[in-house]
Amino acid sequence: MRFSIYRFDPDKDEKPYMQDYDVVLEPADRMLLDALVRIKTVDDSLSLRRSCREGVCGSDGMNINGRNGLACITPVAGLKEPVELRPLPGLPVIRDLIVDMTQFFKQYHSIKPYLINNDPPPETERLQSPEERAQLDGLYECILCACCSTACPSFWWNPDKFVGPAGLLQAYRFLADSRDQATAERLDYLEDPYRLFRCHSIMNCVDVCPKDLNPTRAIGRIKDMMVKRTV
Amino acid sequence: MVKRVTTGAHYGLRDWLAQRVTAVVMVIFILCLVAALLISPPHDDNALKAMFSNQWVRIASFLFLVSLFWHAWVGMRNILMDYIHTTGIRLTLQVLVILSLLFYTIWSVEILWNL
Repeated sequence: MRFSIYRFDPDKDEKPYMQDYDVVLEPADRMLLDALVRIKTVDDSLSLRRSCREGVCGSDGMNINGRNGLACITPVAGLKEPVELRPLPGLPVIRDLIVDMTQFFKQYHSIKPYLINNDPPPETERLQSPEERAQLDGLYECILCACCSTACPSFWWNPDKFVGPAGLLQAYRFLADSRDQATAERLDYLEDPYRLFRCHSIMNCVDVCPKDLNPTRAIGRIKDMMVKRTV
Repeated sequence: MVKRVTTGAHYGLRDWLAQRVTAVVMVIFILCLVAALLISPPHDDNALKAMFSNQWVRIASFLFLVSLFWHAWVGMRNILMDYIHTTGIRLTLQVLVILSLLFYTIWSVEILWNL
Protein backbone atom coordinates (compact mmCIF):
# COMPACT_ATOMS: atom_id res chain seq x y z
CA MET A 1 0.00 0.00 0.00
CA ARG A 2 1.31 3.44 -0.92
CA PHE A 3 1.65 6.26 1.57
CA SER A 4 2.85 9.83 1.27
CA ILE A 5 3.78 11.14 4.70
CA TYR A 6 4.72 14.61 5.91
CA ARG A 7 8.24 14.62 7.30
CA PHE A 8 9.96 17.35 9.26
CA ASP A 9 12.80 17.17 11.73
CA PRO A 10 13.70 20.68 12.92
CA ASP A 11 17.25 19.52 13.77
CA LYS A 12 18.00 18.33 10.24
CA ASP A 13 15.46 19.72 7.77
CA GLU A 14 15.14 23.27 6.61
CA LYS A 15 11.70 22.69 5.20
CA PRO A 16 9.07 19.96 5.58
CA TYR A 17 8.74 17.47 2.72
CA MET A 18 6.53 14.54 1.74
CA GLN A 19 8.08 11.07 1.84
CA ASP A 20 6.65 8.12 -0.07
CA TYR A 21 6.42 4.69 1.50
CA ASP A 22 5.44 1.41 -0.10
CA VAL A 23 4.51 -1.20 2.47
CA VAL A 24 3.07 -4.68 2.31
CA LEU A 25 0.41 -5.00 4.97
CA GLU A 26 -0.27 -8.15 6.96
CA PRO A 27 -3.87 -9.42 7.12
CA ALA A 28 -4.14 -8.18 10.71
CA ASP A 29 -3.19 -4.60 9.72
CA ARG A 30 -6.70 -3.32 9.44
CA MET A 31 -6.47 0.21 10.77
CA LEU A 32 -4.29 3.07 9.58
CA LEU A 33 -2.36 2.98 12.86
CA ASP A 34 -1.42 -0.68 12.17
CA ALA A 35 -0.03 0.42 8.81
CA LEU A 36 1.92 3.26 10.45
CA VAL A 37 3.40 0.86 13.00
CA ARG A 38 4.32 -1.40 10.06
CA ILE A 39 6.05 1.57 8.37
CA LYS A 40 7.94 2.25 11.60
CA THR A 41 9.47 -1.24 11.41
CA VAL A 42 11.04 -0.11 8.11
CA ASP A 43 11.79 3.50 9.03
CA ASP A 44 11.96 4.07 12.77
CA SER A 45 12.70 7.78 12.30
CA LEU A 46 9.01 8.42 11.51
CA SER A 47 7.50 10.08 14.58
CA LEU A 48 3.89 10.00 15.69
CA ARG A 49 1.92 9.90 18.91
CA ARG A 50 -0.22 6.90 19.79
CA SER A 51 -1.24 5.10 22.90
CA CYS A 52 -4.48 3.18 23.37
CA ARG A 53 -4.86 2.19 19.66
CA GLU A 54 -8.66 2.04 20.03
CA GLY A 55 -9.95 5.60 19.79
CA VAL A 56 -10.05 6.36 23.49
CA CYS A 57 -6.89 8.33 24.25
CA GLY A 58 -7.05 10.74 21.32
CA SER A 59 -3.29 10.75 20.70
CA ASP A 60 -3.08 9.84 17.03
CA GLY A 61 -5.16 12.62 15.52
CA MET A 62 -3.79 13.49 12.07
CA ASN A 63 -4.83 14.76 8.69
CA ILE A 64 -5.70 11.71 6.58
CA ASN A 65 -6.20 12.42 2.86
CA GLY A 66 -7.18 15.99 3.72
CA ARG A 67 -9.51 15.14 6.58
CA ASN A 68 -8.72 15.08 10.30
CA GLY A 69 -9.24 11.76 12.06
CA LEU A 70 -7.77 9.19 14.41
CA ALA A 71 -5.43 6.76 12.69
CA CYS A 72 -6.35 3.94 15.08
CA ILE A 73 -10.03 3.87 14.13
CA THR A 74 -9.65 4.67 10.42
CA PRO A 75 -9.81 1.44 8.38
CA VAL A 76 -7.13 1.27 5.68
CA ALA A 77 -9.58 -0.49 3.36
CA GLY A 78 -11.50 2.63 2.36
CA LEU A 79 -8.50 4.93 1.86
CA LYS A 80 -7.54 6.33 -1.54
CA GLU A 81 -3.90 5.66 -2.48
CA PRO A 82 -1.37 7.10 -2.01
CA VAL A 83 -2.65 7.81 1.48
CA GLU A 84 -1.55 11.36 2.27
CA LEU A 85 -0.79 11.86 5.96
CA ARG A 86 -0.07 15.26 7.46
CA PRO A 87 0.01 16.61 11.02
CA LEU A 88 -3.15 18.29 12.32
CA PRO A 89 -3.39 21.64 10.54
CA GLY A 90 -3.03 24.98 12.31
CA LEU A 91 -0.78 23.90 15.18
CA PRO A 92 3.02 24.20 15.21
CA VAL A 93 4.76 20.99 14.10
CA ILE A 94 7.26 19.54 16.57
CA ARG A 95 8.34 16.70 14.32
CA ASP A 96 6.71 14.69 11.50
CA LEU A 97 3.10 13.99 12.59
CA ILE A 98 3.55 15.39 16.10
CA VAL A 99 2.10 18.84 16.76
CA ASP A 100 2.47 21.19 19.70
CA MET A 101 -0.93 21.09 21.46
CA THR A 102 -0.11 23.84 24.01
CA GLN A 103 -2.46 26.40 22.44
CA PHE A 104 -5.25 23.84 22.21
CA PHE A 105 -5.00 22.86 25.89
CA LYS A 106 -4.63 26.50 26.95
CA GLN A 107 -8.04 27.18 25.41
CA TYR A 108 -9.46 24.02 27.02
CA HIS A 109 -8.20 25.09 30.46
CA SER A 110 -9.53 28.62 29.96
CA ILE A 111 -13.14 27.43 30.26
CA LYS A 112 -12.49 25.86 33.70
CA PRO A 113 -13.16 22.28 32.71
CA TYR A 114 -14.14 21.10 36.17
CA LEU A 115 -17.23 21.15 38.36
CA ILE A 116 -17.65 24.35 40.36
CA ASN A 117 -19.88 23.77 43.36
CA ASN A 118 -19.48 25.65 46.62
CA ASP A 119 -21.78 23.47 48.72
CA PRO A 120 -19.95 21.25 51.18
CA PRO A 121 -19.44 17.83 49.56
CA PRO A 122 -22.09 15.34 50.71
CA GLU A 123 -21.06 12.10 52.38
CA THR A 124 -21.60 9.97 49.31
CA GLU A 125 -21.91 11.87 46.04
CA ARG A 126 -23.68 14.81 44.39
CA LEU A 127 -26.79 13.14 43.07
CA GLN A 128 -28.32 13.63 39.64
CA SER A 129 -31.59 12.33 38.29
CA PRO A 130 -31.32 10.09 35.21
CA GLU A 131 -32.73 13.00 33.18
CA GLU A 132 -30.10 15.40 34.48
CA ARG A 133 -27.41 12.86 33.73
CA ALA A 134 -28.77 12.43 30.21
CA GLN A 135 -28.08 16.12 29.56
CA LEU A 136 -24.38 15.28 29.52
CA ASP A 137 -24.65 12.66 26.77
CA GLY A 138 -22.90 13.77 23.61
CA LEU A 139 -20.69 16.09 25.68
CA TYR A 140 -18.70 14.06 28.18
CA GLU A 141 -17.45 11.62 25.50
CA CYS A 142 -14.96 14.14 24.07
CA ILE A 143 -11.40 12.77 24.19
CA LEU A 144 -9.66 16.08 23.32
CA CYS A 145 -7.95 14.70 20.23
CA ALA A 146 -8.10 18.19 18.66
CA CYS A 147 -9.42 16.91 15.33
CA CYS A 148 -12.29 19.42 15.49
CA SER A 149 -10.44 22.54 16.60
CA THR A 150 -7.69 22.02 14.03
CA ALA A 151 -10.32 21.61 11.29
CA CYS A 152 -11.85 24.98 12.21
CA PRO A 153 -10.71 28.01 10.18
CA SER A 154 -11.73 30.35 13.01
CA PHE A 155 -9.31 28.46 15.27
CA TRP A 156 -6.60 28.65 12.58
CA TRP A 157 -6.91 32.45 12.34
CA ASN A 158 -7.31 33.19 16.07
CA PRO A 159 -6.01 30.21 18.08
CA ASP A 160 -4.97 32.55 20.90
CA LYS A 161 -8.41 34.16 21.27
CA PHE A 162 -11.07 31.74 20.00
CA VAL A 163 -11.76 28.89 22.42
CA GLY A 164 -12.42 26.49 19.56
CA PRO A 165 -15.04 23.74 19.14
CA ALA A 166 -13.42 21.28 21.59
CA GLY A 167 -13.17 23.88 24.36
CA LEU A 168 -16.68 25.18 23.72
CA LEU A 169 -18.16 21.66 23.76
CA GLN A 170 -16.55 21.21 27.18
CA ALA A 171 -17.76 24.64 28.29
CA TYR A 172 -21.30 23.53 27.51
CA ARG A 173 -20.67 20.18 29.22
CA PHE A 174 -20.30 22.11 32.51
CA LEU A 175 -23.08 24.59 31.72
CA ALA A 176 -25.37 21.60 31.21
CA ASP A 177 -24.32 19.88 34.44
CA SER A 178 -27.03 20.14 37.10
CA ARG A 179 -24.36 19.99 39.82
CA ASP A 180 -22.42 23.00 38.55
CA GLN A 181 -23.15 26.37 40.18
CA ALA A 182 -21.04 28.67 38.03
CA THR A 183 -23.44 29.12 35.11
CA ALA A 184 -23.43 32.92 35.23
CA GLU A 185 -19.64 33.18 35.50
CA ARG A 186 -19.16 30.69 32.68
CA LEU A 187 -21.54 32.62 30.42
CA ASP A 188 -19.87 35.91 31.39
CA TYR A 189 -16.52 34.48 30.39
CA LEU A 190 -17.79 33.19 27.06
CA GLU A 191 -19.75 36.29 26.04
CA ASP A 192 -17.01 37.71 23.92
CA PRO A 193 -16.62 38.46 20.21
CA TYR A 194 -13.50 36.28 20.06
CA ARG A 195 -13.89 33.50 22.64
CA LEU A 196 -17.32 32.35 21.45
CA PHE A 197 -18.52 34.45 18.55
CA ARG A 198 -15.69 33.56 16.14
CA CYS A 199 -17.79 30.43 15.52
CA HIS A 200 -19.65 30.94 12.25
CA SER A 201 -21.34 27.52 12.39
CA ILE A 202 -19.61 26.06 9.34
CA MET A 203 -19.69 22.67 11.08
CA ASN A 204 -16.23 21.39 10.06
CA CYS A 205 -15.99 20.21 13.67
CA VAL A 206 -19.11 18.05 13.36
CA ASP A 207 -17.85 16.67 10.05
CA VAL A 208 -14.54 15.39 11.44
CA CYS A 209 -15.29 14.40 15.05
CA PRO A 210 -14.14 10.77 15.39
CA LYS A 211 -16.53 10.32 18.33
CA ASP A 212 -19.53 11.63 16.33
CA LEU A 213 -20.08 14.54 18.70
CA ASN A 214 -21.65 17.83 17.68
CA PRO A 215 -19.75 20.90 18.93
CA THR A 216 -21.83 23.21 16.71
CA ARG A 217 -25.00 22.14 18.52
CA ALA A 218 -23.31 22.68 21.90
CA ILE A 219 -22.21 26.16 20.80
CA GLY A 220 -25.77 26.86 19.68
CA ARG A 221 -27.02 25.84 23.14
CA ILE A 222 -24.53 28.22 24.79
CA LYS A 223 -25.89 31.02 22.59
CA ASP A 224 -29.44 29.97 23.51
CA MET A 225 -28.56 30.26 27.21
CA MET A 226 -27.15 33.74 26.60
CA VAL A 227 -30.24 34.81 24.69
CA LYS A 228 -32.44 33.47 27.48
CA ARG A 229 -30.67 35.46 30.15
CA THR A 230 -30.56 38.62 28.05
CA VAL A 231 -33.97 39.00 26.43
CA MET B 1 4.06 47.54 25.45
CA VAL B 2 3.44 44.17 27.05
CA LYS B 3 2.59 41.49 24.50
CA ARG B 4 -0.43 39.82 25.97
CA VAL B 5 -3.51 38.18 24.51
CA THR B 6 -6.42 40.44 25.38
CA THR B 7 -9.96 39.10 25.17
CA GLY B 8 -13.07 39.61 27.25
CA ALA B 9 -14.86 42.54 25.60
CA HIS B 10 -18.19 41.13 26.85
CA TYR B 11 -20.25 41.80 23.78
CA GLY B 12 -21.18 39.78 20.75
CA LEU B 13 -24.55 38.33 21.62
CA ARG B 14 -26.41 41.45 20.49
CA ASP B 15 -24.64 41.46 17.13
CA TRP B 16 -25.18 37.76 16.65
CA LEU B 17 -28.88 38.17 17.44
CA ALA B 18 -29.13 41.26 15.21
CA GLN B 19 -27.64 39.25 12.36
CA ARG B 20 -30.43 36.69 12.72
CA VAL B 21 -33.23 39.24 13.12
CA THR B 22 -32.10 41.33 10.13
CA ALA B 23 -31.86 38.13 8.05
CA VAL B 24 -35.50 37.33 8.90
CA VAL B 25 -36.57 40.89 7.99
CA MET B 26 -34.80 40.59 4.63
CA VAL B 27 -36.36 37.20 3.85
CA ILE B 28 -39.87 38.52 4.66
CA PHE B 29 -39.37 41.61 2.50
CA ILE B 30 -37.98 39.64 -0.45
CA LEU B 31 -40.89 37.14 -0.26
CA CYS B 32 -43.43 40.00 -0.13
CA LEU B 33 -41.73 41.80 -3.01
CA VAL B 34 -41.62 38.67 -5.18
CA ALA B 35 -45.28 37.94 -4.35
CA ALA B 36 -46.29 41.52 -5.19
CA LEU B 37 -44.42 41.42 -8.49
CA LEU B 38 -45.99 38.06 -9.39
CA ILE B 39 -49.55 39.07 -8.47
CA SER B 40 -49.52 42.34 -10.37
CA PRO B 41 -46.43 42.68 -12.53
CA PRO B 42 -45.76 46.37 -13.27
CA HIS B 43 -46.05 46.90 -17.02
CA ASP B 44 -43.71 49.81 -17.36
CA ASP B 45 -41.40 52.16 -15.56
CA ASN B 46 -44.30 54.36 -14.40
CA ALA B 47 -46.16 51.45 -12.82
CA LEU B 48 -43.04 50.49 -10.89
CA LYS B 49 -42.62 54.12 -9.80
CA ALA B 50 -46.25 54.21 -8.69
CA MET B 51 -45.71 51.08 -6.62
CA PHE B 52 -42.73 52.61 -4.83
CA SER B 53 -44.45 55.96 -4.33
CA ASN B 54 -46.72 54.23 -1.82
CA GLN B 55 -45.49 55.37 1.60
CA TRP B 56 -45.68 51.85 3.09
CA VAL B 57 -43.65 50.33 0.28
CA ARG B 58 -41.03 53.01 0.85
CA ILE B 59 -40.91 52.36 4.58
CA ALA B 60 -40.71 48.59 4.04
CA SER B 61 -37.95 49.05 1.46
CA PHE B 62 -36.07 51.33 3.83
CA LEU B 63 -36.44 48.78 6.63
CA PHE B 64 -35.08 46.13 4.27
CA LEU B 65 -32.10 48.28 3.30
CA VAL B 66 -31.31 49.20 6.92
CA SER B 67 -31.45 45.48 7.79
CA LEU B 68 -29.13 44.77 4.89
CA PHE B 69 -26.61 47.40 6.02
CA TRP B 70 -26.77 46.31 9.65
CA HIS B 71 -26.36 42.67 8.59
CA ALA B 72 -23.43 43.71 6.38
CA TRP B 73 -21.81 45.54 9.31
CA VAL B 74 -21.91 42.45 11.55
CA GLY B 75 -20.62 40.27 8.70
CA MET B 76 -17.89 42.68 7.64
CA ARG B 77 -16.69 43.09 11.21
CA ASN B 78 -16.60 39.30 11.54
CA ILE B 79 -14.47 39.03 8.40
CA LEU B 80 -12.12 41.78 9.59
CA MET B 81 -11.79 40.19 13.05
CA ASP B 82 -11.05 36.82 11.44
CA TYR B 83 -8.40 37.94 9.00
CA ILE B 84 -6.95 41.34 9.94
CA HIS B 85 -4.80 40.94 13.02
CA THR B 86 -3.19 44.37 13.24
CA THR B 87 -5.44 46.44 15.49
CA GLY B 88 -4.77 49.76 13.74
CA ILE B 89 -5.57 48.43 10.27
CA ARG B 90 -8.63 46.58 11.60
CA LEU B 91 -9.99 49.70 13.28
CA THR B 92 -9.38 51.80 10.17
CA LEU B 93 -11.18 49.29 7.95
CA GLN B 94 -14.06 49.00 10.44
CA VAL B 95 -14.47 52.78 10.46
CA LEU B 96 -14.44 52.80 6.66
CA VAL B 97 -17.14 50.11 6.62
CA ILE B 98 -19.27 52.09 9.11
CA LEU B 99 -18.88 55.32 7.14
CA SER B 100 -19.78 53.71 3.81
CA LEU B 101 -22.80 51.94 5.33
CA LEU B 102 -23.99 55.25 6.84
CA PHE B 103 -23.52 56.86 3.45
CA TYR B 104 -25.56 54.08 1.81
CA THR B 105 -28.32 54.55 4.39
CA ILE B 106 -28.63 58.25 3.63
CA TRP B 107 -28.37 57.54 -0.07
CA SER B 108 -31.19 54.99 0.08
CA VAL B 109 -33.46 57.59 1.76
CA GLU B 110 -32.58 59.99 -1.04
CA ILE B 111 -33.40 57.38 -3.69
CA LEU B 112 -36.60 56.03 -2.11
CA TRP B 113 -38.17 59.39 -1.37
CA ASN B 114 -37.23 60.98 -4.67
CA LEU B 115 -38.66 58.41 -7.05
